[in-house]
Amino acid sequence: MFDSYAENTLRYFPEKCINCRRCTLVCPHGVFAEGEHRAELLNPRDCMECGACALNCPVQAIEVQSGVGCAWAMISAALRGKDMDSCECSCGGPESSCCGGETTEEPCSCGAEKRDLQ
Amino acid sequence: MTNIPSGPHPDRTPMNSDDSRENSLQACCGSIQKESASAWCCAGNTGPAPVIHTTTDFITFENRWDHFLARWGINRVGHIVAPGLYRLGNPTAGSPVFASANYTLSFDALRSVLSGIDAYILVLDTNGINVWCAAGKGSFGTDELVRRIDVTGLSGIVSHRRIILPQLGAPGVSAHEVSRRSGFSVEYGPVRARDLPAYLATHTATREMRTVRFTLADRLVLTPVELVHILLPMIAAVIALYFLAGPVAALAAVVAVLSGTVLFPALLPVIPTRDFSTKGFILGAIVAIPFAVTFALKPGMSGIVRIVTVLVPLLIMPVVTAYLALNFTGSTTFTSRTGVKKEIFRYVPAMVLMAGVGTILGIALGILRLMGVA
Repeated sequence: MFDSYAENTLRYFPEKCINCRRCTLVCPHGVFAEGEHRAELLNPRDCMECGACALNCPVQAIEVQSGVGCAWAMISAALRGKDMDSCECSCGGPESSCCGGETTEEPCSCGAEKRDLQ
Repeated sequence: MTNIPSGPHPDRTPMNSDDSRENSLQACCGSIQKESASAWCCAGNTGPAPVIHTTTDFITFENRWDHFLARWGINRVGHIVAPGLYRLGNPTAGSPVFASANYTLSFDALRSVLSGIDAYILVLDTNGINVWCAAGKGSFGTDELVRRIDVTGLSGIVSHRRIILPQLGAPGVSAHEVSRRSGFSVEYGPVRARDLPAYLATHTATREMRTVRFTLADRLVLTPVELVHILLPMIAAVIALYFLAGPVAALAAVVAVLSGTVLFPALLPVIPTRDFSTKGFILGAIVAIPFAVTFALKPGMSGIVRIVTVLVPLLIMPVVTAYLALNFTGSTTFTSRTGVKKEIFRYVPAMVLMAGVGTILGIALGILRLMGVA
């Protein structure tokens, strides 16, 4: 109840894993942990679908429909009659710099920043 | 802020990369960078040698002022650093190479923690966007990294083939692809720049260093921008409500917006339920109660009018707060697209319904008041 985040699109195929451990290095939420013979899916519910693990897996043992969990981007895409799934975080176009307030230490504030786009 | 050459960043070179290339002509085979010059110019390259910028680990007052403006969302496109290669201290061919984004907050966070370390910083062109957002979009990505390694002639400047990336660059960078295309192996450093000195001692990051947090300070630093972006609609609502419904209603608009943009981020982890919308509804309902009570105690209203007067803030204020709360998802460090989408479908219809009913009731009250009935 009142938890929309219980499921996500992360899929792990352990039989493909070559135990390079890249996924355990790149995941910002500790979803993968080092195992003896292969990476272990430790906290799948914590996945935020950033896509870092899948992109850095050299053997495609991980799949995820990566995207930015930003309501503002999705609602504005829907209002403009565009597909919510294919809409990108529109932060960072050459004409705009919406994701502000950041360093490598901080979260994306796309949601806040995109209002001066369009 | 946009005129960086003459602006507040004397240690930075012109933004336009074409300018940089032109400037670099005179540096070719010159005294600036002997190894790279010989590798680039004297090895049959016809193009100009890449210029190497210089930077320091010192954050000036101008830098801090720039950070402050960025935090308030002022001149969003102006907080940029020229992409390219920077030398920090007196790096040699064996010195480490760090990658960063061409956003002042990202670049300054990196250089300020590398105090006393001789290194190269490779600044990618991310359109002035921080590392994580740019990686999510792909501008801090494999293509740009490979291109920037090539354009700067990095392989002629350093003798090793390693480049240290912030961990949060990983959503845009495929390490094995970079290695295949550029010969440089990607090493993912810690999430936070401030953990770099500890990381460099062993080149391994603890689980703590690899995990993103969203502390009270992290959340509060985002609130100015949240507030700035809703300021104009809020002022319009305040003026309209002041004349149509009085000062208390105008105050209610301010309170609802502040609850959604400042109080909500501050209290995020302690508000019950996991969904942002329900958290927002709860917070909005709580702050609406004093207004409902104020209206309920107002003398001289008939029973039904009194009930409607009480209902209006209870319907509209939670919607404002919940909607602002839902829009905070994009600013957080943990919401998945799947979950946010589910939230939109679950709660936006309820928000529309509540706002619609509340507005109709409010307008009805206004008409009754004008007619002298209520």
